[in-house]
Amino acid sequence: MRLHLSPEDQAFRDEMRTFFTTAVPQPIRDAVAAHRELTKEQFVEAQQVLNAAGLAVPHWPVEWGGKDWTPLQRHIWREEMQLANVPEPLAFNASMIGPVIATFGSQEQKERFLPATASLDIWWCQGFSEPDAGSDLASLRTTAVRDGDDWVVNGQKTWTTLGQHADWIFCLVRTDPTADKKQRGISLLLFPMDSPGITLRPIELLDGGFEVNEVFFEDVRVPAENLVGEENHGWDYAKFLLGNERVGIARIGSTKRMLIEAKQHAREITSGGAPLLDDPYLRARIAEIENDLLALELTALRVVANSAGGRPHPASSVLKLRGSELQQAATELLVDIAGPLSLPSFSDDGDSDVPEWAQVAAPNYLNYRKVSIYGGSNEVQRTIIAGSILGL
Amino acid sequence: MDFSYDDEQNGLREAVSALLARAYGDSEQRRAVVATDPGFDEKTWSRLAEMGVLGLPFAEADGGMGAGPVEVSIVAEEIGRVLAPEPFVEAVVLAGGLVADLGTAAQRAEVLGALAEGSLVPAFAHTETGSRWDPAARAVTATSDGGSWRLSGVKEPVPNGARADVLVVSAAVDGGTRLFLVQGDAEGLTRSGHRNHDGTRSAKVAFAGTPAEPLGEGTGDQTAVVEKALARARVAYGHEALGAMETALTTTAEYLKARKQFGVPLSKFQALTFRAADMYVSLELARSTVMWATLVVDADGDVVAAADRARLQASRASRHIGKEAIQLHGGIGVTAEYKVGHYTSRLTAIDHLLGDGDWALARLAGSVDAHEAVDPLD
Repeated sequence: MRLHLSPEDQAFRDEMRTFFTTAVPQPIRDAVAAHRELTKEQFVEAQQVLNAAGLAVPHWPVEWGGKDWTPLQRHIWREEMQLANVPEPLAFNASMIGPVIATFGSQEQKERFLPATASLDIWWCQGFSEPDAGSDLASLRTTAVRDGDDWVVNGQKTWTTLGQHADWIFCLVRTDPTADKKQRGISLLLFPMDSPGITLRPIELLDGGFEVNEVFFEDVRVPAENLVGEENHGWDYAKFLLGNERVGIARIGSTKRMLIEAKQHAREITSGGAPLLDDPYLRARIAEIENDLLALELTALRVVANSAGGRPHPASSVLKLRGSELQQAATELLVDIAGPLSLPSFSDDGDSDVPEWAQVAAPNYLNYRKVSIYGGSNEVQRTIIAGSILGL
Repeated sequence: MDFSYDDEQNGLREAVSALLARAYGDSEQRRAVVATDPGFDEKTWSRLAEMGVLGLPFAEADGGMGAGPVEVSIVAEEIGRVLAPEPFVEAVVLAGGLVADLGTAAQRAEVLGALAEGSLVPAFAHTETGSRWDPAARAVTATSDGGSWRLSGVKEPVPNGARADVLVVSAAVDGGTRLFLVQGDAEGLTRSGHRNHDGTRSAKVAFAGTPAEPLGEGTGDQTAVVEKALARARVAYGHEALGAMETALTTTAEYLKARKQFGVPLSKFQALTFRAADMYVSLELARSTVMWATLVVDADGDVVAAADRARLQASRASRHIGKEAIQLHGGIGVTAEYKVGHYTSRLTAIDHLLGDGDWALARLAGSVDAHEAVDPLD
């Protein structure tokens, strides 16, 4: 048992902090700090800065650009990135399909996709959820039927995040409708988003943004070589992918950043003639979220240390569950500090004195309702804890 | 940062766990022990002494083992796991800790040596009925007359105050607080023992011109020393609570699997299993924070602030898990005949001994603008 970082890890942390706060362009970090929607170009530029320094995909195999870091170093990398308001490498590329191709893909697929996936020269989107297959993902109905050297895909996906920017999709499809269990008979296909027969329909969210889409497939032809791994084994790859998705989803650094911001704003707003931050109830509320976040960070440090062998610790469900709740608590705190200023959310297109942070507070709070739903809803996480940890 | 135990620490846990399992493996054994005074088992206390547990944190020169807060935390967890009523945190961490902090070589040898051997039980007489969770003494005062000191006033509740062989007493002197040793047979000392709701004992201890020996040679205010000793005890109680919470949760999970209603085990009802999952979340978050606080004690960092943080998490988790353990059991959880309710009772007692969650939160809220962010890696 030891409290402090080793001198090597301390130096590593300093190195990360220096890089993230100096090498990533300030306008991009300002946009993240202000909770603005990033442009595609900003995402790509930030990831390419990281990738050029070997910091975009450290958890990949070394031969494909990974680093042989300890779990603690990966944790520090991620937290420092969030604290510095650096946009994380696109999850669909770095955390989801990249590791799947590196683990299960053919040599040809690795060479074709992995370098461009790390550099974001290919932007991937996720074709998993369907209108009737959300938390019950294995109920998916999009089909792929073999026709000569091609698969022919028909059906519909939804909640496809940033699909409007995507070059390629990784897509779960049903290839054996007669399989005895619904988890069998699913395969994983890769294909370009400009393939004939694909239609994208943006879905407007409560915050006025268009971050998710529906994707429709009508007789989309996919070359057989674009199947990942084995036919009808797609569920195994999906589970592997979702397990990776849960790691790092706690977003502790990002929540820490929001709490820092909340205290700054609470100093500037007055209530009853005194700074809002002097209000004992607000102070207690902030102190309790800070303490909960400390408990979560310490738990993350315990869990990463026990995640050897690449398999997530079962307690990583705690990180997802509590991490999402604290992200939501922080966004709620910001709306409450904004108070009446949180109402004119779109006043930036007219004459208004409402500061930008207050304008975005409520849309952000509403948008963040998603974090307890995606990545395996918090109810799914409770099912995992009850089943695989408590044996219920 | 490293949260793993070494082989020696794992060995200590196994040894203490085995000793306590023999004494309290069946919850009826504990019920029988706490039914009569002094509320713990003198034989088990002696066996803990033989194992070296009662001298664990003290210097070898004082008769101790020279171990640290991590070893103490392991023992406290095992105590909590079976609700062993032996006053380990009270006597060793708190009363013994103060003697180790302030005592002269002679006082350390006399108190800590005998404590380590199991022949002397010290208690810290500090709480007064008019104030709470305050490091300063007010109602008990000390006066000196030609170099000899006498105490007057009342301390209550004093954990193990009736059984204790020697009392470490806080008293107001010249607007500050100083500590004194009072022998159990001192003149002008009246002790009236009571049973607490969790089976432990406490006492009303009255001083009427009672002779007392100053602890240590210092003459200044010792409030800060008391504050730090209380903080270390809060962290140790946090570990005792972790052990108790873990048993409360596993007992509840077993019960959900075994108990049938409507023709199926209770574990078929998602309304119940989700609540058990939430108990696990509370436990693990509290565990991380309390373990971290022990590491802060070990590194002699900001012990008081770390103890407040651990206290807040442990308090919230204790209440959550204690209440849910009873609710998920149903009526049997409220009976004294079944074990789980006793865990809730002990967790409730720990929560109120040295400061509860809201108390800790109020202190943390007071300093919320003194830092930008809370960073455990700095």
